[in-house]
Amino acid sequence: MNKRTGDPLLQINGLSRAFSNGKDKLQVLQSVSLDACEGEFIAIIGPSGCGKSTFFNILAGLISPDEGNIMLDGKKVPHLRGRMAYMQQKDLLLPWRNTLDNAILGMEIQGRHKRSAREQARELLKIFGLEGFEEHYPQELSGGMRQRVALMRTILCKKDILLLDEPFGALDAMTRGIMQRWLLKVWGQFGPSVLLVTHDVEEALILADRIYVMTSRPGSIKGSLQVSFERPRRITQADMVDCKKYLLELLEEEIMVGQP
Amino acid sequence: MKARFYNTGLPIALLVILGLGWEASVRLFEIPPYVLPGPLQILEVMWQRMDLLAAHGLVTLTEIGLGFWVALVVGFTLAVLIHSSQILEWAFLPLIISSQTIPVFAIAPLLILWFGYGIGSKVVMTAIIVFFTIVINTVEGLKAADPDTLALLKILEATPGQVFFKVRIPQSLPFVFSGIKIGVAVSVIGAVIGEWVGAREGLGYLMIHANAQLQVELVFASIAWLSILGTGLYGVVVVLERLLVPWRQRAASLISES
Ligand SMILES: Nc1ncnc2c1ncn2[C@@H]1O[C@H](COP(=O)(O)OP(=O)(O)O)[C@@H](O)[C@H]1O
Ligand SMILES: [Mg+2]
Repeated sequence: MNKRTGDPLLQINGLSRAFSNGKDKLQVLQSVSLDACEGEFIAIIGPSGCGKSTFFNILAGLISPDEGNIMLDGKKVPHLRGRMAYMQQKDLLLPWRNTLDNAILGMEIQGRHKRSAREQARELLKIFGLEGFEEHYPQELSGGMRQRVALMRTILCKKDILLLDEPFGALDAMTRGIMQRWLLKVWGQFGPSVLLVTHDVEEALILADRIYVMTSRPGSIKGSLQVSFERPRRITQADMVDCKKYLLELLEEEIMVGQP
Repeated sequence: MKARFYNTGLPIALLVILGLGWEASVRLFEIPPYVLPGPLQILEVMWQRMDLLAAHGLVTLTEIGLGFWVALVVGFTLAVLIHSSQILEWAFLPLIISSQTIPVFAIAPLLILWFGYGIGSKVVMTAIIVFFTIVINTVEGLKAADPDTLALLKILEATPGQVFFKVRIPQSLPFVFSGIKIGVAVSVIGAVIGEWVGAREGLGYLMIHANAQLQVELVFASIAWLSILGTGLYGVVVVLERLLVPWRQRAASLISES
């Protein structure tokens, strides 16, 4: 089920960004280029601190790049806001809202009525494993549950590009598997283009059409891998094992470089 | 549960012990009641003069209540304005802070002159004294919004109005309530000072009046009533906070359980 079609929906060309703290300049991203087709599922893996979150923050327009540009539907745009829903690495739930009301925050801001938004969110509680916790405040939820509420808030925004920054990082292996399968289902149903950052090579292989590997800081694209196996995939398939080996080798080189 | 028992039980026990010690000393050293009456005598007066004390108490309570509302409405509005504009902050905040160095006692006679012997001057006095903590705390609360949360709202394409009502206001509520709690304590002072300087009714007036006639038990009874009023108001604020800021309560109870 490879959805790649003709022209890319999204083209990112040579994004660079440095942060300066005092006199020191820290080059975080160095000419990152990648593209994504409509409905494509892209995974980005890279050593921690290589600038993955910074990259997403640029796409979301939270920070501006020093160089490079973003093309959406062949047109240059400053950022993807308006077209994308972005789940940041932190869950950022509002402590004064319970599970249900945190999940509908995006819809509410889009102008939906609270009542109908809540009804819609209620239907998803079960899939997200949050049934019975709709009245709980974030402080009363586990890290994994909080992450699922944040994911729910992101999905409910119903945008055609999803940016997910390590969305399953805080989940245990079993829940992670369930959420991965569920994400594939949502993706199959609504067909958004997905950019997913993960540090988990297996997760990338199970989910993505294409995987980009980033170098250690300053981050740039080291290589990419097309994954054309039928879904649902198993990490134990012989050809998947080969892919995993290849990706791990690429990553390990970078981690060596990162720690001289 | 256990904590709550100790929370209310221990202060009451301490109060009883102190009261017993006081009563014993007064009897032991034969202190005359026009110098220092014993607690039992004060309780007796509180009971006998219930109608008088309640009538004056109601006046003081009204002054405090009205003054508080004025302070809350004006203070909150001003805080929102100060928060919304850097120019207003620069202009107002230093003046508001330095206005605190003027003792309320100093302007009390003027307020009586301008607003009369009636309830008006006491309402203004209370409002002035409470206003400060409301403004300062609300401004701080409005500024306290977490930058990451503001970034999230930006991602969700919230309008400035949505940011204000969905994040800034709820985020500021705990701060506003700390301001209100301090305000409750000082509001009693404001009303009483106003009554001391010039009034025909209220617990402060009753104290001065009773003191002049050497009815020291009545002075103490008035003080006891004032303290009951203040504590009661504080309780009302705590209940309101529980209703309006439930998430904070839950967080606190989680911490104490673990
Ligand atoms: N606003 C900032 N100011 C200064 N340094 C930053 C800022 N944001 C990120 N960095 C630095 O950039 C590097 C990459 O961060 P990040 O993008 O979060 O990496 P990743 O998500 O790949 O782990 C880190 O070393 C981090 O300290
Ligand atoms: Mg990151």
